[in-house]
Amino acid sequence: MLKIENLHASINGSEILKGLSLEINAGEVHAIMGPNGAGKSTLASIIAGKEDYEISSGNISFDGKDLLELSIEDRAREGVFLAFQYPVEIPGVSNVNFLKTAINEIREHKGLAPLSAKDFLSLVKQKSALVDLDASLASRAVNEGFSGGEKKRNEIFQMAMLEPKLAVLDETDSGLDIDALRIVAGGVNALKSKENATLVITHYQRLLDYIVPDFVHVLYDGKIVKTGGKELALELEEKGYDWIKSAE
Amino acid sequence: MAGYTEEQLAKDLENSEYQYGFVSDIDSDVVPAGLNESVIRLISSKKNEPEWLLNFRLKAFEVWCSMEEPEWAHVTYDKPDFQSISYYAAPKKAKKYESWDEVDPELKATMAKLGISLEEQQRLTGVAVDFVIDSVSVGTSFKAKLAELGIIFCSFSEAVQEHPELVRKYLGTVVPMTDNFYAALNAAVFSDGSFCYIPKGVRCPMELSTYFRINAGGTGQFERTLVIADESSYVSYLEGCTAPQRDENQLHAAVVELLALDQAEIKYSTVQNWYPGDKDGKGGVFNFVTKRGLCETKSKISWTQVETGSAVTWKYPSCILKGDHSVGEFFSVAVTNNRQQADTGTKMVHLGRHTKSTIISKGISAGYSQNSYRGLVQIQKQAEHARNFSQCDSLLMGSVCGAHTFPYIECKNPSAQIEHEATTSKIGEDQLFYCQQRGISEEKAISLIVNGYCKEVLNQLPMEFAVEAQKLLSISLEGSVG
Repeated sequence: MLKIENLHASINGSEILKGLSLEINAGEVHAIMGPNGAGKSTLASIIAGKEDYEISSGNISFDGKDLLELSIEDRAREGVFLAFQYPVEIPGVSNVNFLKTAINEIREHKGLAPLSAKDFLSLVKQKSALVDLDASLASRAVNEGFSGGEKKRNEIFQMAMLEPKLAVLDETDSGLDIDALRIVAGGVNALKSKENATLVITHYQRLLDYIVPDFVHVLYDGKIVKTGGKELALELEEKGYDWIKSAE
Repeated sequence: MAGYTEEQLAKDLENSEYQYGFVSDIDSDVVPAGLNESVIRLISSKKNEPEWLLNFRLKAFEVWCSMEEPEWAHVTYDKPDFQSISYYAAPKKAKKYESWDEVDPELKATMAKLGISLEEQQRLTGVAVDFVIDSVSVGTSFKAKLAELGIIFCSFSEAVQEHPELVRKYLGTVVPMTDNFYAALNAAVFSDGSFCYIPKGVRCPMELSTYFRINAGGTGQFERTLVIADESSYVSYLEGCTAPQRDENQLHAAVVELLALDQAEIKYSTVQNWYPGDKDGKGGVFNFVTKRGLCETKSKISWTQVETGSAVTWKYPSCILKGDHSVGEFFSVAVTNNRQQADTGTKMVHLGRHTKSTIISKGISAGYSQNSYRGLVQIQKQAEHARNFSQCDSLLMGSVCGAHTFPYIECKNPSAQIEHEATTSKIGEDQLFYCQQRGISEEKAISLIVNGYCKEVLNQLPMEFAVEAQKLLSISLEGSVG
């Protein structure tokens, strides 16, 4: 589904990703772990299409399409979803209006008719239950006045609504207490299917107790230096990143 | 409602030309250019006016001749040559229609382009529309129904003929001809406009609506509106403007006077979309308007405006809170793009005790435009326990536009409570990225963010107006990012 080959990317002249390769197939859950500054969030931003980065070489294909050639919104419409580490507030725009606009843009891209208000609302009801999101949050302005945990749950709610093929969760566990973590992870697991894939970016092994990965990759200094099964996460947790660094 | 708007938006956004830039081919009866006493006499006689009104005009002309064009506003423009403007244009076939079948098809086509088919409005929304094309009212609907309640809603000229006592009693009492340069000019040469009277204790059952429109090339438009809400009455009045595209600047100097007698309430909503000029600032309407309301005891006047058009705007809908416990409100969204300049705001003059005013102003500047809020909150000596709350927000798009705030507060009574809040912000790259990551195009994202920012004001508008206003916001901000 997603194939990244030898990706080199820099921002303001300094190279962050130095030949990263990664392949994700439908039905898989991948986790990327790594120390601060390794390039984890950069990778998420580049997949989503943030324009601040310069790609000097390498390529990314998504379902056979050249992802780097697509605009931000077209990537989203093709099924790329990024759960933000720091979701932004959009004052005065209700979550419902925001999502209805997004869903209908995606549907239009797929040649489908807009969702009726009735169908949309029943979808909201169904999906908000997945992450135990208070119905009143759906009618409030996007992320405005939400607590940290509510923002993260809202990200997963949006993911549930938009049904992406590839969901990239950027440090979704940061700032979550254990109960919220369980709810968020429960939502992600419930959305898992044979057709979609998940890329979890995290610092800590903790999240992976709840979202169990098929593959764990260690990102260090702009490259994936080690790949293994879920036990690799435990090993990392135990030995720390210095273990990887010294192995270099 | 929001959903409906979003879908409409996509279509609107496809067309980046000024949407209402067309010229209707209706024969006009135009008075030769220039302004002098005989032109004023000609206008007055063409309109078959009584002598007192002619004298009113002549007096105003005299006052105007002694005045200078004001320069304090934060706008720059080539001053109009008042001698090259024609001061009167009326469609030649300016007869009254018994039914809408009789209406000139050309006129109907014009209305269709504006998206305000009168029949449909009548049928679907119950809005009575007094459609003004080039100064002469060609149709007033729902008149019979309003008449049953004793409500008078007609063109200004008609009111002069049929209700001279009311016009004479109130004309110029809120905005005196000596008020300012443009008010004096309007008093001298006003062509037509709307008149509305709501009798004591009557609640007007429908939104009263007038669509103004400049049509003939080079014709200044001088509308005069007078709304009188008698004791304990209520009326909601809508004014919407679109103007066809023109190369030369067109002058628009309207005067609106509102009178809310004891315990009456007037809600006055405007969507203004005169031609703003092209990308380089060529053409466009000069909009120099004087709008003011007078509040008697326990009455309330609420101004809501969405200003997206005009090359230069100079407009301060104001409230004189004369009566005790009277309330004044001003809700405004002003959008400027390209080379547009707007200097707009309000004056809240507190004379009575326990008077209360609220000001919510949202300015949006894009392109090379300049957007100024200018407001005065004045608490007079006798105005015990007066209260004001002002909030002025500015949103900037791009780095070469300007947002300015000129809030004046004059307080002569220590019991007053005055609050002023102001913010300036930019549409964040991260907000746009967030929307786009969810599949929303950049243009739509901007429209979402801007509409969210203006929500408090848009919520004040009647439903069908709010939809139109949201569309206008998006159209006028097209291509302003990136």
